[in-house]
Amino acid sequence: MHALYDLAVGPLAWLAFGIFILGSAYRLLAMRALALKKDGAFVAFISWPHATKSLMHWLTPFGSLGWRENPVVTVATFIFHICLFLVPIFLMGHIVLLDTFHGWSWPALPGQLADILSIIVVVICAYFLWRRMSVPEVRFVTSAQDIVVVSLVGLTFLTGVLAYHRIGDNLVLTTLHILCGEAMLIAIPFTRLSHMLFGFFSRGYIASEFGSVRHAKDW
Amino acid sequence: MNTIADRLIEDEGLRRGVSRLTPEKIQKVFRELIAGECGARLKTYMETCVHCGMCAKACHYYMSHKDPSYMPAAKVTQTMTRLLKADGKVDPQVIYECAQVAYTECNLCRRCIHYCPLGIDTGYIMSVVRRLCHKLGVTPQYMQDTAHSHSATMNQMWVKDDEWPDTLQWQEEEARDEFPGLRIPLEVEGADFMYSVIAPEPKFRTQLIYQAAAIFHAAGLSWTMPATPGWDNSNMAMFSGDSEIMSRVERAHYETAQRLRVKRIVMGECGHAFRAVYDTANRWLGWKWHPVPITHSVEFFWELIQQGRIKITHKYAEPVTIHDPCNIIRGRGLMEKLRDVVHFLCEEVVEMHPNREHNYCCCAGGGVINCGPPFKNVRVAGNAIKAEQLKATGVHTVVAPCHNCHGGLEDIISKYELGMHTKFLGDLIYELMEKPEAE
Ligand code: SF4
Ligand code: SF4
Ligand code: SF4
Repeated sequence: MHALYDLAVGPLAWLAFGIFILGSAYRLLAMRALALKKDGAFVAFISWPHATKSLMHWLTPFGSLGWRENPVVTVATFIFHICLFLVPIFLMGHIVLLDTFHGWSWPALPGQLADILSIIVVVICAYFLWRRMSVPEVRFVTSAQDIVVVSLVGLTFLTGVLAYHRIGDNLVLTTLHILCGEAMLIAIPFTRLSHMLFGFFSRGYIASEFGSVRHAKDW
Repeated sequence: MNTIADRLIEDEGLRRGVSRLTPEKIQKVFRELIAGECGARLKTYMETCVHCGMCAKACHYYMSHKDPSYMPAAKVTQTMTRLLKADGKVDPQVIYECAQVAYTECNLCRRCIHYCPLGIDTGYIMSVVRRLCHKLGVTPQYMQDTAHSHSATMNQMWVKDDEWPDTLQWQEEEARDEFPGLRIPLEVEGADFMYSVIAPEPKFRTQLIYQAAAIFHAAGLSWTMPATPGWDNSNMAMFSGDSEIMSRVERAHYETAQRLRVKRIVMGECGHAFRAVYDTANRWLGWKWHPVPITHSVEFFWELIQQGRIKITHKYAEPVTIHDPCNIIRGRGLMEKLRDVVHFLCEEVVEMHPNREHNYCCCAGGGVINCGPPFKNVRVAGNAIKAEQLKATGVHTVVAPCHNCHGGLEDIISKYELGMHTKFLGDLIYELMEKPEAE
């Protein structure tokens, strides 16, 4: 197990970050090239002011019609995404790890707060999974991949929480936690998690169309 | 759960088209389409949708039926997702199903864009599915008939070359009883604007041409209509997926205006025609903007009111409500001008909710009403939500500056016994305006 742990924090971590960064860059650049080659008549209307204005509305809870009409999903989505970014970056354990290996460090979240936020992520993942199975309009469009990616995120945080509380075998859980996190990173450019990369562009693009051509708002 | 397969409707055009297909042929055409005409837009939308289901409530079909298979993302999973997964190699029956979803269960109204955090344009994806179906020869019979009409006559309604000036002349004669000096000017080079209408106007709604002529006459404007093909601004080929015919029709329209050396084209009260001229065909033809400026009549009437060229004798007394046509509201942002015009004309306006950019579609647009009688009941049932919205206003008059909206709204008004009637802005202005030389 120790060997696996060493592998996970060492070479596998490099590999996961490498694939995540290079894969994301490749996907973004390839998509940009495709847009320039094939969507010229649409790229021509891209307008950053319109895109920014619309994104501000969409980044505000209840700032758009879609958010207002789906209040529970909205609250869950916002909290989920905020925690999803805050916890991994500002978790004491992660910072200590980076400090040991690379000498990088920055202020951390208080342990207890990070713990609560992580538990919230797990609960919201469970809610998302429940929604996938039981809300008819979500179930209708759910594919196996959707379930896998939500589970992956949920498991990463769950194993993290368990390891933090020293429930179960700490080494096994920590290793699992690292492996899940790495799998998640690798999955970002190549699965629906790619909405992290493309979401701003798809929204920004449609906002440009609405703003530049149609003179209407898209939120 | 229901799927599209549970509600297939017999349509001669779809049935015959499908009977000529094989999986191999479908795959060949699909691959060509994806490689040739689709790019980052389709790819991003297809990959980025997180299947969250938030868009369900955007769509009047879902809101009316509460059946998940009608929600925007479900329309995609039942069509494009399936096609992409199979790399286009699907059973011909699947194409029948795709055609029914894309042509008859989506109005391309773009309301779902207001609900999707990622900005996914389901209407665009449905247009790509339509394009595929067109290329495979699987199109609803009625819609295909109008597309044929465009290609053979350059207008939507098989109006013959001599019928068109005849109709205008006839309207001019009628109008001269009321306004002795009125002309419907034909082929006047250098006029301020060319007025263009959709072919159903000379065919069934000639009074609209009469009224427009009366308004322009009263306002003392310099205008003209062309005597040649190119007068029709409607475009069903845009909706059938026949981009080649779509662009021929619009090219003829622009070129007619250029031949007449007019300063701009003013279009009658139609939404889809505006979309074709303003947003779609111009880009297909390679113009960023239009070679001739385009004005929709809502904006034109607004200008005339601002300039004091339209004067009314009294305001419309009964309360009215405003239907916002997607193609000129979400498609052109004319919501405030529309309101200004209606408030200028009417005593009392009761807003329906939601309104402006967030309006529910009339369920006729996007070519859905043009798919004809086989699909009428589904379309009317799929718009129960709009009927509720209308009913809640408690008024009897709906102002809707769009031909398709009139068709769609009248169908639900009669089906749900709402006791309402629809009006064009032209109807109201004509009714209320000061009439010069009137006898
Ligand atoms: S709201 Fe957008 S991301 Fe969610 S299911 Fe609908 S199209 Fe997909
Ligand atoms: S009908 Fe309108 S809301 Fe419904 S899927 Fe089509 S574009 Fe979206
Ligand atoms: S017919 Fe009217 S409401 Fe319906 S899609 Fe067209 S513009 Fe929109």
